[in-house]
Amino acid sequence: MTSTTNGTAKKRPVYRNINIFTDVRTYRLPPAGFVSILHRVSGLLMFLLLPFIIWMFDNSLTSEISYDAFTNAFVAGIGFVPAWFVKLVVLGLAWAYLHHFIAGVRHLWMDATHSVSKEQGHSSAVFTLAASVLLTLAVAAKLFGLY
Amino acid sequence: MSTFGSKRIVVGAHYGLRDWLAQRITAVLMALFTVVLLVQFLMPGELGYDHWAAIFSSQWMKVLTFVVIISLAYHAWVGMRDIWMDYVQPVGARLCLQVFTLVWLVGCAGWAIQVLWRL
Repeated sequence: MTSTTNGTAKKRPVYRNINIFTDVRTYRLPPAGFVSILHRVSGLLMFLLLPFIIWMFDNSLTSEISYDAFTNAFVAGIGFVPAWFVKLVVLGLAWAYLHHFIAGVRHLWMDATHSVSKEQGHSSAVFTLAASVLLTLAVAAKLFGLY
Repeated sequence: MSTFGSKRIVVGAHYGLRDWLAQRITAVLMALFTVVLLVQFLMPGELGYDHWAAIFSSQWMKVLTFVVIISLAYHAWVGMRDIWMDYVQPVGARLCLQVFTLVWLVGCAGWAIQVLWRL
């Protein structure tokens, strides 16, 4: 490289990975970015809580007695875990499942149709975030006996 | 193109395609299960034990659930491996986490199938 280009060259933009300690609070993610990271977070959450999910699957289906034990967890809690916390975890799991499901369908749809544009990425991401919360409310209302 | 042995190809196009495709196919199966379950779950009317158990009483639903348990284990393995590869750089720690993931998933799948089998 010659010295003439060195002096006049304008500063080139530097691309680097975002750092969790310095950038996360100031880095503004687009909706598609939130869907992406929440897809990962919800997957990890469900992976770690798999035994609890199978416990619910087991107790809710095996017999009427175990079903009572399952519904009782929302009223009296499980062991030393209070009922409100059990409800919160189940709500979190319902959201994680539905978000992961809708975000996954969005992925499949993008893979299959190749219809990827900035606008569609934005609108489908907003739809994913909204629909997962609305569906979670519907599931929660059913689960906790509101309708 | 060799996928094993000392001359296996670990770079270039198609490396990872199998896992990528498996993740999509298992996702489609689980999405189908989700729609079937969600529609029956959200139907109006009180959700008691009878209604809930009836959903899983038919043989085709049991077969679908079984397929979903296997799909979920494979799908979660691909996804969790992606997470470890992205965030955990030391090889030893990554190997430990990957082994933990496999043990966790195989154990959970076995338990879930046992529950399903005796319904």
